[in-house]
Amino acid sequence: MKTKNSGKDFCMFALPGMFCFLAVVIIPFLYGVYLTFTDWNGVSDTKNFIGLKNFAGVISDKQFWSSLLLTFRYVIVVVILVNVLAFAIAYLLTRGIKGQNFFRAGFFTPNLIGGIVLGYIWQFVFSRVFVNIGETTGFSLFEISWLSEPNRAFAALILVSVWQLSGYMILIYVAGFMGLSEDVMEAASIDGASGFAKLKNIVLPLMMSSITICLFLTLSRAFMVYDLNLSLTSGGPYGTTEMAAMHVYEKAFTSRQFGVGQAEALILFIVVACISGLQVYLTKKQEVEA
Amino acid sequence: MKQTTVGGNKRKAANILAMAGLIILFAAYMFPFIMVVINSLKQKRDIIKSPFSWLYTIKGLSFDNFVKAFTQMDFLNAFKNSLIVTVSATVLVTLLAAMLAYYIVRHNNTISKTTFALMVASMIIPFQAIMIPLVSIYGGTLNILNHRATLVFMHTGFSMAMSVFMFHGFIKGNVPIALEEAACIDGCTHARTFFQIVLPLLKPIISTMVILNSLAFWNDFLLPSLVLTDKKLLTLPLSTYSFYGTYSADYGTIMAGLLLCVLPILILYIVLQKQIIGGVVAGAVK
Repeated sequence: MKTKNSGKDFCMFALPGMFCFLAVVIIPFLYGVYLTFTDWNGVSDTKNFIGLKNFAGVISDKQFWSSLLLTFRYVIVVVILVNVLAFAIAYLLTRGIKGQNFFRAGFFTPNLIGGIVLGYIWQFVFSRVFVNIGETTGFSLFEISWLSEPNRAFAALILVSVWQLSGYMILIYVAGFMGLSEDVMEAASIDGASGFAKLKNIVLPLMMSSITICLFLTLSRAFMVYDLNLSLTSGGPYGTTEMAAMHVYEKAFTSRQFGVGQAEALILFIVVACISGLQVYLTKKQEVEA
Repeated sequence: MKQTTVGGNKRKAANILAMAGLIILFAAYMFPFIMVVINSLKQKRDIIKSPFSWLYTIKGLSFDNFVKAFTQMDFLNAFKNSLIVTVSATVLVTLLAAMLAYYIVRHNNTISKTTFALMVASMIIPFQAIMIPLVSIYGGTLNILNHRATLVFMHTGFSMAMSVFMFHGFIKGNVPIALEEAACIDGCTHARTFFQIVLPLLKPIISTMVILNSLAFWNDFLLPSLVLTDKKLLTLPLSTYSFYGTYSADYGTIMAGLLLCVLPILILYIVLQKQIIGGVVAGAVK
């Protein structure tokens, strides 16, 4: 009686959700690992087992490695800028200033909008508004569109990413600052700790759990940037701002090298998993209880 | 005595400085949106000449751009598609994830443990590592791409792990088993117990998950772009993409189109601001 009942329970409660999850995430993931050992081209019915040839293809795909390197540079700059900026703004917001909630809501707005639309909005700002500033003021920084020169296009991508992501991180840091105990801060002031000493020895250690979350979120988001990359620069000029995620897409769906593309996607996955795992391990160690 | 006034003044000055800094930063953050609003009412020539204000326009201001964008983007249709997909996927994932999480919490068997461990581990897999085999299976073998239902199913599957994780934590901490035992003694079936007793208790976490999931579904681009190619089925981000491809030089129309895309979310945000921010924070901190 009992077993029959729990079997029914399982079918009703657990099975539908598990089915969706397995069919969409786990099976494709495993099948993807298998695909890396075949020469499937996306159209034909036959797939031949070709061993490690796709991985050899990845090694000789210079563009992949340069896009991966570019992604690393992008991730480092974005993660640092986003977190420093968000931390600073959250600090200013939690000093008991009027309109705190209004500011916080405003800063978060870009996160409600998809990367595609944001990229187009900024494309207009870079190619028309900034250029107009350059033309009227003679300010040489803006005289040509940032998106037409490789280094500046890269900087533009970083600027927009920081603009978007920092609003999200502000929310988390604000929640962290609000959780700081008044008593501890007061005790530090009474003991004569200066502003900087308080920040370094008390605020930072107590904020470590927020920092762990924010670093993790910014890392994983920055590594996988695609929508914004596509709509803001679409890899241009001349493919100089093509990030790893975009390269994988192009490799598979434009060049129709599915096996190589999938192998690159797996390598990217392993890189991201290792780096974010390491980051969580390292920053978690720094967390303290008040 | 003197000391306190100095300290007070210093603090006041610091606060004024902080306020000034915030206002400048805020203006910088809002700048792109302001540009969109201003230029959506202007014609191309005026936009190129001076994108900053509504003054000195030759052709004047008008809503022509909006009319053009609205029809060219097939806005209503794309909006309808986005709404259908978002609402059905959100309802489906919320219900299925709550049920699965409930099962996992209340049945401490091997299947529960394995499923849960698998889900937690799967959360680090980025979408890009799955998209190619996904297209290969659903486009090639099963050939069911280009249906809204397929997209809904995939959205549900992809957000399942995170949702189950969140529900799991909530049920474990906030749903007392005594209530269910009482219901069981009163002769209530398991299904009825779940829907009438457990589900109402989950309200806070349901609202968090609905907000997080529906925002993600509404704005998603990559997955819908792989699943839907039929022009009639395009969601809002997809139709924006193809619209921009055709009209990228027609700045006024583009700005109006982008504003149309953003407007529904912004209106919702103004109404539900507190809940949305609360939901996002709860979702991130867990």
